[in-house]
Amino acid sequence: MSVHDAPLLQVEGLQVRFPVRTERRKAWVHAVEDVSFSLAHGETLGLVGESGSGKSTIGNALLGLVPPTAGRILLDGHDVTSARGPSLRELRRRVTMVFQDPLASLDPRRTIEDSVREPLEIHRLSPGRERGRRVADLLDLVGLPRRFADHYPHELSGGQRQRVCIARALAGDPEIVVLDEATASLDVSVQAQIMNLLQDLQRDLGLSYLFISHDLAAVEHMSHRVQVMYLGRLMESAGREEIYAAPGHPYTQALLSAIPADDPVVERGRRRILLRGDVPSPVSPPSGCVFRTRCPLAIDVCAERVPEPVGLGAGHVAACVRAGERVPAGT
Amino acid sequence: MTTTPRLAPEPTHGTARRRAPWVRSLVALLHHKVAVAGLVVLAVLVVCALFGEQLAPYPANAVDISRALQPPSTAHPFGTDDLGRDVMSRVILAASVSLQVSVVSVTIALVVGVLLGLVAGYFGGWPDTVVMRVADVMFAFPVMLLAIAIVAVLGPGLTTAMIAIGVVYVPIFARVTRASVLSVREEPYVRAAVSLGAHPGRVIVRHVLPNVSAPIIVQTSLSLAFAILSEAALSFLGLGVQPPAPSWGRMLFDAKAFLDQAWWMGVFPGLAVFVTVLALNLVGDALRDVLDVRKTVND
Amino acid sequence: MPALSVQDLHVRIKDAQILRGVSWSVEHGQTLGIVGESGSGKSMTVLAATGLVGPPLAQVTGRAVLGAPHSSGRSSGGPDGPASATLPDGGGQDLLTLSPAGRRAVRGRRIGFVFQDPATSLNPILDVERQLTEGLEEHLGMTRRAARGRALELLEMVGIPDPERRLRAYPHELSGGMRQRVMIAIALSCDPDVLIADEATTALDVTIQAQIIDAVRDLQERLGTAVVWISHDLGVVGGLADEVVVLYGGQVVEQADVLTLFAQRSHPYTEGLFASRPRLGSAGGHLTTIPGSPPDPRSLPAGCVFYDRCTLRSDPRCATHRPELVPLAPGHLVRSFCATPVRDAPLDPEETA
Repeated sequence: MSVHDAPLLQVEGLQVRFPVRTERRKAWVHAVEDVSFSLAHGETLGLVGESGSGKSTIGNALLGLVPPTAGRILLDGHDVTSARGPSLRELRRRVTMVFQDPLASLDPRRTIEDSVREPLEIHRLSPGRERGRRVADLLDLVGLPRRFADHYPHELSGGQRQRVCIARALAGDPEIVVLDEATASLDVSVQAQIMNLLQDLQRDLGLSYLFISHDLAAVEHMSHRVQVMYLGRLMESAGREEIYAAPGHPYTQALLSAIPADDPVVERGRRRILLRGDVPSPVSPPSGCVFRTRCPLAIDVCAERVPEPVGLGAGHVAACVRAGERVPAGT
Repeated sequence: MTTTPRLAPEPTHGTARRRAPWVRSLVALLHHKVAVAGLVVLAVLVVCALFGEQLAPYPANAVDISRALQPPSTAHPFGTDDLGRDVMSRVILAASVSLQVSVVSVTIALVVGVLLGLVAGYFGGWPDTVVMRVADVMFAFPVMLLAIAIVAVLGPGLTTAMIAIGVVYVPIFARVTRASVLSVREEPYVRAAVSLGAHPGRVIVRHVLPNVSAPIIVQTSLSLAFAILSEAALSFLGLGVQPPAPSWGRMLFDAKAFLDQAWWMGVFPGLAVFVTVLALNLVGDALRDVLDVRKTVND
Repeated sequence: MPALSVQDLHVRIKDAQILRGVSWSVEHGQTLGIVGESGSGKSMTVLAATGLVGPPLAQVTGRAVLGAPHSSGRSSGGPDGPASATLPDGGGQDLLTLSPAGRRAVRGRRIGFVFQDPATSLNPILDVERQLTEGLEEHLGMTRRAARGRALELLEMVGIPDPERRLRAYPHELSGGMRQRVMIAIALSCDPDVLIADEATTALDVTIQAQIIDAVRDLQERLGTAVVWISHDLGVVGGLADEVVVLYGGQVVEQADVLTLFAQRSHPYTEGLFASRPRLGSAGGHLTTIPGSPPDPRSLPAGCVFYDRCTLRSDPRCATHRPELVPLAPGHLVRSFCATPVRDAPLDPEETA
């Protein structure tokens, strides 16, 4: 983060827990535990993790869609953690979201124009008469023909629908766009179009992105910095080059090793780090390091306390007592 | 293996002419043979209700004891009743009463029930608990008993019948609405609207209500049928429309004493109830088929 | 004779041509990868071939020949039930002309299926044991006891720890990866000749996907099952398949063995697929894209089905003629007027080593 300005967004010690009722007692899902990070103007922060890692919950917490149980969220230095009423509305203008499934996130009974126009109406943005023109401009911006304005979502292809969702997210001139698996449900060829579009928009509009994804290759392609999450906690955080070239956390190493190699010959010949078992329940996460139950490098001390972040280089930290050690393949 | 294959082909890329969802539903309804039959019957009924005075061959209350209890004939196709009144005229004129009662009572139930259902379903928490527990209590009583109790408090008559039937159907609408709201509330497009800063009122009116309208519309047409039956039952018990105004239920009540001498006094108003209820149910079922949003998407 | 071969399969649903003459085959002990985007017809080839989709919904023509049962390389515990002994003409049978009862006898018995979503493919109200033993009792006529023993063995085989306990579990008590292993165990329960996996790892996390792929590879080695692996993910297919078929617009546009396809892909669409996906180590910059979106099966172009999106189109026939699937080299078929010619050196020497 050395070259960036003062952070646009700062998250400190964020914790989100949901109450659940089990058979006997009331318990808590530990969705996000003690997560801190910042996001600079024009930067893309990749948030990568598997299901249950809490990465989407962070995105939802930023927009006030789920209430944090501890921690602070600062936007331009102002605390927006428990914004209400007009200030919550303003927060949701400045920080918007694009969801995974574009068909499901568009109201089936509203035309494309209705959907893109909605933020303008909510935030009373351009005068009524000019909204139609603004919608047309937004469609141009995301590369959709204007004739789609009176179409319904089901009449568009997956990629076109996601362009509509992006246009809607940009209508209120936001500063941060949370991309929650925004390319995950698209076909490979369309995914590339959307990623290129997102990069162009970032360059032209100076947007900051929180790119939430389970796809390490997509995250590498899109992000300036990458954070790896597991079971609600940050495992590793680094600049893009460092984290892919020299992953310091055993979990990051396992994730990278799980991706099929590009060359079938290499793929068949190599031995990957196979993690045993499944992700533990977030209702009763393991003591100490949450990854220790599957970690090939786990030692006794891992069960005793939550590991402190260990610095591995400029802006590169890993929350592991054995950070920086290589996990042998085939374990 | 028991897996339904997913067959949705890629969407048309704007080749088909665009129609608003409700227009698509209407077109589909008009292609539904059973629905059209029901709609024709209902149209006849509405005409009877609006122009009964002109259509009926005799005034409803033209008493002529000398022509009492005549069997069907060319002069009186449905025969005459114990006071010599023309049964056909009375069946036609009663359509207006029946329709009025059912439309007004269902409107009461619709407005109140949908509002309660929206609030209960969308916000959850204590409003939900209160609304649903009251509905449970109301469901515990037989429908007619509840209506009779309300009539007993307010006194018999057309207006009370409408209120009673309306109140009885409120919990049904509240339930149907709440159930749909619970699933629509979780739809990503509702989340998306919230994430854009929309006020709950806006989310409910613009995104939730239109998308829960299908089951409510179906319920409305089915409830209209039930309301007609309820009105007939109340009037049959002497708690609804008061004589001498014509009503199918009241006519059935009057026919009871003469069933062995004058079958036509009971059969024709009974048929009127039967055909009307059947037509409403047919339309209701057809609406259920037609309004399934996901089914019409790829038509 | 191939374990399963599909010949000139056409599928039409209303006015949509979902498949237009697709042929492929898979040998015993081999894996066929079928790659394509949504709407390419990749799932439909197996659904139609096995009769899971058919009249009155869809018009299906062509042949889907299930080869003679494979007898060698069986696991020791696999009982050769009476069903396998009484096959007509000792050779292949065309699944499309088979009676519904005949097809039911084949599905689950000689062809096992694994679908994308293990959460909805399992019956939520039955425990794992019941779902595993159902096919064993129905197809192989095993007793409850024998079926239970076999079920335990199967769970162990697909790498489920503590199988005794898992046998009594209900689907909702299992994680996604565990459910998919159960699905694979069910698919393999009757010792099928062909295992069909349709996007079987798409819904799973990468670390779990890696586990499943390793398990399938290992099982195939031990059992000699023919596998048809359908996926949109070239990386996964590259790691598993021996032969790869690329589908686009309801047709095979390229077919080759996996090494050839990865090293010398020649159809512009295949090339586009490879170029457009982000790969580890290819950070930043723009991705090469395939413009537009897949064709509408209700209004296919008159010429090459890829014409609208092709950046290499140059031949005058592209817009007007439909190219045939022709061999570019032995075993390497391409359907394009604009195919990249084969390079002289087939592969780097160190790659083939």
